[in-house]
Amino acid sequence: MNIIIVGNGKVGRSLTRQLAGEGHNVVVIDRNPQVVEDVINDFDVMGICGNGASCEIQRQGGVAKADLLISVTQTDELNMLCCLLAKQLGCRHSIARVRTPEYTKQLEFMQKHFGISMLVNPEWEAADEISRILRFPSAIKLEPFAEGHVELAEIAIGGDNELIGKPVHMLHEKYRVRVLVCAVKRDDEAIIPNGDFVIKKGDRIYVTASRPELVNFMRALGLYRSRTRRVMIAGGGKVAYYLAKQMQEIGGCKVKIIEKSEDRAVELSEALPKAEVICGDATASELLDEQGLGVQDAFVALMGRDEENAILSMYATTKKVGKIITKSSRMSTNVLNGIGLESVISAKELATDRILRYVRALHNSEGTAVRTLYRIVDGKAEALEFSVPNEFPHTGVTFREMKLKDNVIIACIIRKNKVIFPGGDDCMEAGDTVIVVSSIQRLRTLQDIIE
Amino acid sequence: MNYQMLRYVMGQIFKLTAALMGVPLMTALYYRDDGAVPILVVLLPLLFAGYVMTARKPVNQTIYAREGFVIVAFAWILMSVFGALPFVISGDIPNFIDALFETVSGFTTTGSTLLPDVESMPMSLIMWRSFTHWIGGMGVLVFALALLPSGSAQSMYIMRAEVPGPSVGKLVAKTQLTARILYGIYIFFTVLEAVLLRLTGMRWFDCIANAFATAGTGGFSVLNSGIGGYGNVWVEIVITVFMLIFSINFNLFYMLLIRQFSEVLRNVEIKVFFGIYLTTTLLITPNIMPLYGGSFWRALRYAGFTTASLCSSTGFGTADFTLWPAFSQTILILLMFCGACAGSTGGGLKVARVMILVKSGVSEIRRQLNPRLISTVKLEGQVVENEQIRTQGAFFILYMVILLVSTLLLSMDRYSFDVSFSAALTALNNMGPGLGAIGPYGNFADFTPFSKLVIIFDMLVGRLEIFPILIAFMPRTWKKA
Repeated sequence: MNIIIVGNGKVGRSLTRQLAGEGHNVVVIDRNPQVVEDVINDFDVMGICGNGASCEIQRQGGVAKADLLISVTQTDELNMLCCLLAKQLGCRHSIARVRTPEYTKQLEFMQKHFGISMLVNPEWEAADEISRILRFPSAIKLEPFAEGHVELAEIAIGGDNELIGKPVHMLHEKYRVRVLVCAVKRDDEAIIPNGDFVIKKGDRIYVTASRPELVNFMRALGLYRSRTRRVMIAGGGKVAYYLAKQMQEIGGCKVKIIEKSEDRAVELSEALPKAEVICGDATASELLDEQGLGVQDAFVALMGRDEENAILSMYATTKKVGKIITKSSRMSTNVLNGIGLESVISAKELATDRILRYVRALHNSEGTAVRTLYRIVDGKAEALEFSVPNEFPHTGVTFREMKLKDNVIIACIIRKNKVIFPGGDDCMEAGDTVIVVSSIQRLRTLQDIIE
Repeated sequence: MNYQMLRYVMGQIFKLTAALMGVPLMTALYYRDDGAVPILVVLLPLLFAGYVMTARKPVNQTIYAREGFVIVAFAWILMSVFGALPFVISGDIPNFIDALFETVSGFTTTGSTLLPDVESMPMSLIMWRSFTHWIGGMGVLVFALALLPSGSAQSMYIMRAEVPGPSVGKLVAKTQLTARILYGIYIFFTVLEAVLLRLTGMRWFDCIANAFATAGTGGFSVLNSGIGGYGNVWVEIVITVFMLIFSINFNLFYMLLIRQFSEVLRNVEIKVFFGIYLTTTLLITPNIMPLYGGSFWRALRYAGFTTASLCSSTGFGTADFTLWPAFSQTILILLMFCGACAGSTGGGLKVARVMILVKSGVSEIRRQLNPRLISTVKLEGQVVENEQIRTQGAFFILYMVILLVSTLLLSMDRYSFDVSFSAALTALNNMGPGLGAIGPYGNFADFTPFSKLVIIFDMLVGRLEIFPILIAFMPRTWKKA
């Protein structure tokens, strides 16, 4: 596909890396010549220096023949203008990043009336992800599939975990739970395990299961933590606002936000009547102690700087806070994992995932397109949700007869709201939803998983 | 330094060089001449080495600017060494340095020769000699990029190091497709020229060899007496037109192809280039008229061909310009400096670079007059960044330093100043002929081996635009980062 990316900041660059790597023809437009220079040095793309909302520049980028324009510049208005122009100039689809909280309520309205294919709000995505973790804090991360019928949970295997030394196929016999280990991160590598795979200390396992099964599994492992009742948020930016709002809507959780700027604190307290907004510097440990960091169920570090977030999260670890979530915008997840911080949220990666999902779906119009996509194990593996179309040639063929590619696992099948963990005698049927986990990247259709 | 990647790319280049030697091999089989064995003796080991070296793909395929430069420099040097071997083995050029000189002169599209009698060689080796021009014109690595399955994302570093010109833009998003489009245009014009030459009555072998030599703006000819030896005005016209075509930025042909005519019309470099061509031709014509019996048309015929030959850096000859008046010879020397358009197969400083240098000079004078003046240099309606001006300034300084040092080294030989200077100049600009003994009908055979090595170095430096060769020979390049 021909894709134009306007703006090459953090999200733009991450998208460029991914989309160029997937073999699309990518044109990058940015105002800063140095940024353009860097991007053409690092990736196989064409770079244009200029204002992405100028017709001239868009034409130079070949907008008339483009399939998709993604605008991720700093300003929402510019992003939307880029998309509007592109549409008039003949681009088929467009995606804009819009993150001003005032616009979030009218996202759907704007999407429909402006004819923009998708509006992405990275901060909202981040808040959504955090609130999901807070509701099920036993896992490091949790991603929903098939409208929440199945979830993919990431679990760290600590030194005292009883799974250590056990092969994966024993899980079912031993714990009487229906979960499937579909990916393992070991020494920075993504492994798609078979039944004989033995779990080691320090692994991170990714399991799929329905929520009740997952709860049972965690209980059996002694990792279960009930949902968060008290959460402290350091930093009152956009993510904090969305998060507090989401937690309020769900109810049953007390939110405390610490914000340094008085004006912002007042703004937040006006917008979030139920939350407790404290005006103070969250980097002062006295303030955190005074505000009862030690008795919180969860601590979320959402300060502007990654360094501050990392250090505050480490401090919270010493105070034995049960669940700590760290926001990172530049530092890689690996670095933060390395210093013992498990749940790391990156708005950039979430927004990239969201857009990538759209691109993959767009790429294929045969009906087996990707419905949901999560990049797991630091982007080294992917979990994808497909629906099986009527004309799919392999329906009714048992998995024993079907030759799947290496490093591909069918995590589960959802048929008429029932979750099936497929064995050799099961098969796919039209109308099923299939969840595939794979370390081969760039799967586009269900057909791609078969040898 | 990513040695794994260096090995891998070199392996690919070996395979490619072996494949390209298939062209003279086929010629040898067709004419049943003595070239087949020497070519096979080089081709087969090269192919084998290439397959061994590329058997294992490097795990880490990341390359940076440093690897890009080194890969390009090594590829050119090794390719020239192996390309020279058939001449040595066949005994046509028994001395290795002489053979290397001839091959480097071919690959760098210089066209300086040291063979007094070309016609005595086997047909296949004459074809190989002309074919090296064609390979070197657009660049062997660009060819590799066009053919090989899309490799590392940083291939831009390689392309930038090889394609002539101050800045390299991509035509389309992918490097591979860009390389393919460039080669597509290149092949199209080469075939077109060969067909047109055939219509003038030339035999097919000469058509193809001369088309290769023109396309790369090289200048090796098939006859001892050069293009003048055909004595056919139509041949000269066709070759003149194509020498000019191959000195135009290839991006413009692509713009024509996708019907962006306004882009082409807006291009200033091409206007300046043709301005230079027409002005110099009209200056030289009256100046040389007395030599050709006062005939304006004959003078125009020789002047038009020679200026096209020199401003495109081809170096074909129809007339011996060493006999022309000093005024004409000086103009020709200035033409050598200026060279062709950026992004073409031609050599020299490139018109775009000269324009940037002159404009920044003028802007500097204005700034000296009024220190508070903000003055920007514009090219093609776009502001040239200060960074770019600095790079071009540094390029020009290095260029001059290399030119002068080479002249000094060559002056140790037994020739006069104009010969030494023009030998360095013609090598550095990938031109071909020089003044005096090395004019269009002379040759470089009588230089000492040391002088030949200096000229070989200059030719490579000139073709790869100075930096890659210098960087490859700097000890710092090979230290751990």
